[in-house]
Amino acid sequence: MIEKAVFGVAFVVALGSSGAMLFARNAVHVALFLVAAQIALALGFLLQGAYFIAAIQIIVYAGAIMVLFLFVIMLLGVDRREILREPLPAQRPFAIGLGALLAAEIIYVAWRGLDAAFVPGAEDALEQINRDPGNVTALARLLFSRYLFAFELTSVLLVAAIVGVMVLARRIGGDEFMGPPQAPDRAVETT
Amino acid sequence: MSIPPGYYLALAGLMFTIGVIGVLVRRNAIVIFMFVELMLNAVNLILVTFARMRGALDGQVVVFFVLVVAAAEVVVGLAIILMISRRRGTANVDDISLLRW
Amino acid sequence: MPDLAQLGLYIFLLPLMGAVLLLFVGRRLDQFAGVLASSAVGLSFLLALMGWTRLLGQPAHGEGENLRSASIRVLDWIHVGRFDFGFDLLVDQLSIVMVLVVTGVGTLIHVYSIAYMAKDPRYHRYFAYLNLFVASMLLLVLADNLLLLYVGWEGVGLCSYLLIGFWFEKRPAHNAAKKAFIVNRIGDFAFLLGIFVLAGAVGSLTVGEINEAAGAMTAGIATIAGLLLFAGATGKSAQIPLYVWLPDAMEGPTPVSALIHAATMVTAGVYVVARFSPVFDQSEGALAVIGWIGALTALWAALMAAFEYDIKRVLAYSTISQLGYMFLAHGVGAYSVGIFHLVTHAFFKALMFLGAGAVMHALAGEVDMRRMGGLRKVLPVTGTTFAAGWLAICGLIPFSGFFSKDAILASAWANGDYALWTIGVATAFLTAYYMSRLYFRVFEGDPVVPDDAHPHDAPPAMAGPLIALAGAAVIGGLINLPGALTLEHFLEPVLGESHVPAGLTPWVLAGVALLVAAGGILVARSLYLLPGGEQRRARLYSIAPVLVEAARAKFYVDDIYGALVVRPAKALARAITDFFDVRVVDRGITGLGRVVAGASEVLRGLQTGYVRNYALAFLFGVVLLFSFVAVRVVT
Repeated sequence: MIEKAVFGVAFVVALGSSGAMLFARNAVHVALFLVAAQIALALGFLLQGAYFIAAIQIIVYAGAIMVLFLFVIMLLGVDRREILREPLPAQRPFAIGLGALLAAEIIYVAWRGLDAAFVPGAEDALEQINRDPGNVTALARLLFSRYLFAFELTSVLLVAAIVGVMVLARRIGGDEFMGPPQAPDRAVETT
Repeated sequence: MSIPPGYYLALAGLMFTIGVIGVLVRRNAIVIFMFVELMLNAVNLILVTFARMRGALDGQVVVFFVLVVAAAEVVVGLAIILMISRRRGTANVDDISLLRW
Repeated sequence: MPDLAQLGLYIFLLPLMGAVLLLFVGRRLDQFAGVLASSAVGLSFLLALMGWTRLLGQPAHGEGENLRSASIRVLDWIHVGRFDFGFDLLVDQLSIVMVLVVTGVGTLIHVYSIAYMAKDPRYHRYFAYLNLFVASMLLLVLADNLLLLYVGWEGVGLCSYLLIGFWFEKRPAHNAAKKAFIVNRIGDFAFLLGIFVLAGAVGSLTVGEINEAAGAMTAGIATIAGLLLFAGATGKSAQIPLYVWLPDAMEGPTPVSALIHAATMVTAGVYVVARFSPVFDQSEGALAVIGWIGALTALWAALMAAFEYDIKRVLAYSTISQLGYMFLAHGVGAYSVGIFHLVTHAFFKALMFLGAGAVMHALAGEVDMRRMGGLRKVLPVTGTTFAAGWLAICGLIPFSGFFSKDAILASAWANGDYALWTIGVATAFLTAYYMSRLYFRVFEGDPVVPDDAHPHDAPPAMAGPLIALAGAAVIGGLINLPGALTLEHFLEPVLGESHVPAGLTPWVLAGVALLVAAGGILVARSLYLLPGGEQRRARLYSIAPVLVEAARAKFYVDDIYGALVVRPAKALARAITDFFDVRVVDRGITGLGRVVAGASEVLRGLQTGYVRNYALAFLFGVVLLFSFVAVRVVT
């Protein structure tokens, strides 16, 4: 019973704050709504027995990454508000229409394929794992055995990202302000 | 764990769609980026749900990798945005229509 | 010490290296280019002499096989199915004779060119071509299989083209080069077909294997193969009907005419027929065709020579005529006699071309003999050496031409071909006549010199070769004196025996030939040297003015070919360009371009440059894909 209540809260908060992201004019507000949605999702992870993932979802995602976002937003200036008037006339209706279609398709596929994808007794097996070696231990065993190669690859990826960022963010001689963007010299085209 | 997985999947699908629409309608590069993160989060939820449905932890391991990739992507992406706005004085993607012709 | 076949390889490689060197660094060598080229060919000549003595050092006759022959596989070339063609060289009696002629005469002409071409801006390129020519010619005569021979065959054709058109700024020169190349191409095509026939019939293209298999060949195959090879020879050796390129080829530098269009390349056909003599022996028909074509060409070209005023062209017609003699000899089965005439002809004709070159050199390029006269007093060396060549070609005893020409006529008689003999004698008369006409007009009588010329006799580099060749032209007959027949016996293992009439006949025949030659000279003397010759000529010409007119117009052959072949071909080409190329190909390509340009004009509208537009298109694709999953996979 309490589980249903928790899920209901998570569901409403996640969907609500996601929707609010669409309409928030200030980038800081968007970021805050995203944090809310991510915490709600962490609840969803917890409810499904993914304790470790739920923890790092909050620590890494809602914590570190979102701080980075806010940092950049501040760097570029918070006061700049986005004009919500759409300059591309067909963009918004098409985006919403196609998005709705996509959502319908995803939900349809999820419902139809659900029974086929369900492994009998899966929930008990997961609970068993979480109880005996424990969620973290089991994850670690998988990560450092079957997924060891992928794990090592991610370290390479991180190094590459660090080097890339250092190169990108460095101020060098020719890297100066090139003036405000040119106003579009043409009538706005439609798609 | 009595909530049927279908609900989680529906929630993830809806969030993913909101992310897609956000990318398409918003113009601030950082905001667009946050919607991309939202899409990644929705996918993470799906993966965790699948792990539950299969009774194995592999899905959760994949979430772990998605997290790492997302972190790297955010770092590089934000650096690019920073560069562009430093050079052109804007983070509005419509102003940077360099792909034209 | 390299063995005999390796010597052959080095003989071929020396001029080739010279050519490569000159082509790449010739410009820097400056005047040294000529010396380098000459020494390359000269060294080849020394090696050839060495090979020749080596050959002589071996016993002449073995156990039914030719001991004086060596072949070498230098490289593997084509190995496919039952065919195995290698880069094989063959040194035997026939090829060593050819190599000696090519390198010997070639060296003299190279030395002569050093002075003759001294002021030419493309000096080094000239010598590069000349060396390349010698290398190709050596490849032709040394090749042990027909395919490699064909490489040399085409190589000399290419060099001939390059050298005829050496002064390509002059329109006649490049036209002549084109004409030579295209006319030769016709012959070469037949030659190639002949190679295919032999390859199919014998299963190998090696000289030895073809000649061995010739005995078992049916007359039909032998006739087809022989005639196709001979058709190639008519192109390269300027016989009817493909002789038309040679007179025009005189547009090239004169030493080139001497080397390529008198002494060596044009004899390639003669060499090939001799080389594959067993195949020709197998076919009466092919031999008869060769004999008759040779005889008719000899007469025909001599007739045209008698009415020509350009000294180089007279010599060109004379060359065609003498080549006809060689084929006449082959046609009556006297291959070694044909080769004998080839050798002596190389001496005296090269000599006369070089002499003509010296005259042109002295008279600032003048070639019209009507504007010359009495030059022997002005140019004593040139005049005297030219006289040696003149007497040799007329066939006066004891000059070299007498022995070789007499041997040909005697062979024709011995073979019972009295008609061919008659034509040969008539040609001998004409030959004596037109060569004397040339000689008297240019070198005897009162000195006539164009006003703007400052005549000077040949410089040492030109005089030396002239004197050497004059000596060879005088005593060249020694190599095959009647009775001794040194050359024929030397060549016997390759070419077989030739028949000489017995008893008193040869003496009578020789007497007839001598009388005829003397008659020709006397007629020319009375028409051109003695006072009143002008009137006598006019009276003589008035007997058959049509014939004179026709001979002066080269019997209209060029015009007939022009009307029958060249013009229709050009018209066809024009039609194809105007219709197919311009209307179909060009318009097709342009149209395609327009379609693409138009389509891109329309499609570029899609490229708004807005990232979000692209993302929308992306989403559209994703939705489509997902629809596919929803409909096909899940349902």
